[in-house]
Amino acid sequence: MRRYRFRHSVLWRLLHHRLFVLGAILFGIIVIAAALAPLIAPLDPNKLSMRNKFQPPSWNYLFGTDNFGRSLWSRVIWGAQLSMFIGSAVVLINAVAGTAIGAAAGYFRRLDNMVMRINDALMAFPAVLLAIAVTAVLGPSVSDVIIALSIVYTPRTARIVRSSVVVLREMEYVQAARAAGAGDWRILSRHVLPNAMAPLLVQLSFLFAYAVLTEATLSFLGVGAVPPTPTWGNIMAEGRQYMTDAPWIITIPGAALMITVLGLNLLGDGLRDVLDPRLRIQQ
Amino acid sequence: MGSIIAQRLIGSIPILVIVSLITFAMIHLIPGDPATAIAGLSATSEQISNIRHDLGLDQPLLAQLGHWYLNLARGDLGRSLLLGQPVLEATMQRLPITLALSAYALALTLLLGLGSGIIAALKQNTFIDQCAMMFAMLGISLPNFYLGLLMIVVFAVHLGWLPTGGYVPLTEDPIGWLATSTMPAISLALLLTGLLARITRSTMLEVLRQDYIRTARAKGLSERKVVTKHALANALIPITTVIGIVISLLISGSVVTESLFSIPGIGQLLTQAVLNRDYPMVQGGLMITTTLLVLVNIGVDVCYALLDPRVRY
Repeated sequence: MRRYRFRHSVLWRLLHHRLFVLGAILFGIIVIAAALAPLIAPLDPNKLSMRNKFQPPSWNYLFGTDNFGRSLWSRVIWGAQLSMFIGSAVVLINAVAGTAIGAAAGYFRRLDNMVMRINDALMAFPAVLLAIAVTAVLGPSVSDVIIALSIVYTPRTARIVRSSVVVLREMEYVQAARAAGAGDWRILSRHVLPNAMAPLLVQLSFLFAYAVLTEATLSFLGVGAVPPTPTWGNIMAEGRQYMTDAPWIITIPGAALMITVLGLNLLGDGLRDVLDPRLRIQQ
Repeated sequence: MGSIIAQRLIGSIPILVIVSLITFAMIHLIPGDPATAIAGLSATSEQISNIRHDLGLDQPLLAQLGHWYLNLARGDLGRSLLLGQPVLEATMQRLPITLALSAYALALTLLLGLGSGIIAALKQNTFIDQCAMMFAMLGISLPNFYLGLLMIVVFAVHLGWLPTGGYVPLTEDPIGWLATSTMPAISLALLLTGLLARITRSTMLEVLRQDYIRTARAKGLSERKVVTKHALANALIPITTVIGIVISLLISGSVVTESLFSIPGIGQLLTQAVLNRDYPMVQGGLMITTTLLVLVNIGVDVCYALLDPRVRY
């Protein structure tokens, strides 16, 4: 019964956080479009149709067409699917690896120094530079972009988990559990990590935004997924030379990218206000 | 002060060692044979073995590592395959360009970010506050290359006020530099302005709630004095710690901004190096920029310790 009321109140507070709801709507639009891509964008995003090139947005071509006559509606929707896929994969890897590394460093003091120095070193690299260097090494493909973004962002997640674990480890209830004979694994999984989830969840929602944004940056620079893969960054990079005559080729995917990032940032702010009041930006 | 700098410099050594190891390892993580990957598909076996020899890839790994450190100590980061020029020289030629642009963007960030954050905190929960925070949110959500493209379309193509790109050195023609650098600087500064405005506002609000502010008001000081002498002076101290992050983000941001506006800085140099598989340039450029960032962070920590006598390392 108590558990029910607690959950009820977090959800209730989230649903009454206006900016969180706005973020959920914006991000929700993109997620739904990505999920329904085969239904709402049946035209092949890579189908060339030179007769129809540079069509401005109209009823036939909702978002217009590009320099090869490809439907921008299809390309942007399928691009959304790819962005959501890359974002979720990076978030998932971060959640697992970042928690494991952060928890190990924070809980086992002997590991702390070494693990955190490697972490600090990875964080010392400028994020985008490290990401493009890693894709230079691995090669330009969707899976390599996911690996590159995970290498760049996992240290940041690990640091946040570690800082919660270091505090929680010294809590009296953890010592009580230890005195009662609980082992390290049980203490970590049952007593420490569940209480470290709030800042992690907040971090992951911002991380999703960074991942989508950095992926778009990489493909815009030409080091992400190879064309003609429809990613928002690729579409904008190709549309760049036609931006005077066909501005819709860059403005529409750019707007989709902005809506995604804005939605996720609003979600992150809302989650932080509700779940982690210590970090709250005062209202 | 000397001891703080010394301590921080010593503390940064393990980080720089790991950074250099990661950078060294990069070329060995290329799937397959790095020399073949660098040479490209049409290379003859002789060209491949030349590259292997030039990069020292034909030596044992430990010997290569030893060479890497020996050369690092001498400031020799190898020769760029694409430019045929020493990596250090190529980087140092481009660095002032990136630094000048970053300084311009940093000035805009500090002016707009600090200003709007302070005003938002002082006018908490008013229309002005909401507008400022809405702009800050848009700032952190608008991709900088998207803003750059939109600005090119509007201000360069349609209105013709500013050039679409290119670069004029600051020392040769300051006005021309300002014209070519303004749009890149704005597109770089936007994200950081949003971040800084949000942090400034929350720090200011935190400080404004302190007892000493109440005391200052109670003893009859003018609001202006309370804000400038008591609130701002104390709020700016924690904000200095953010500057390190801001500079790191500026360097990251300059990669795409320089490519977009054709500015021949470090970002463009490294993007070209990556696209052309010029690994010595990628390694060297990464090593130099990261070392500089570590040094900037030491500088920030030292400033912080100087500004806040409570901080002792």
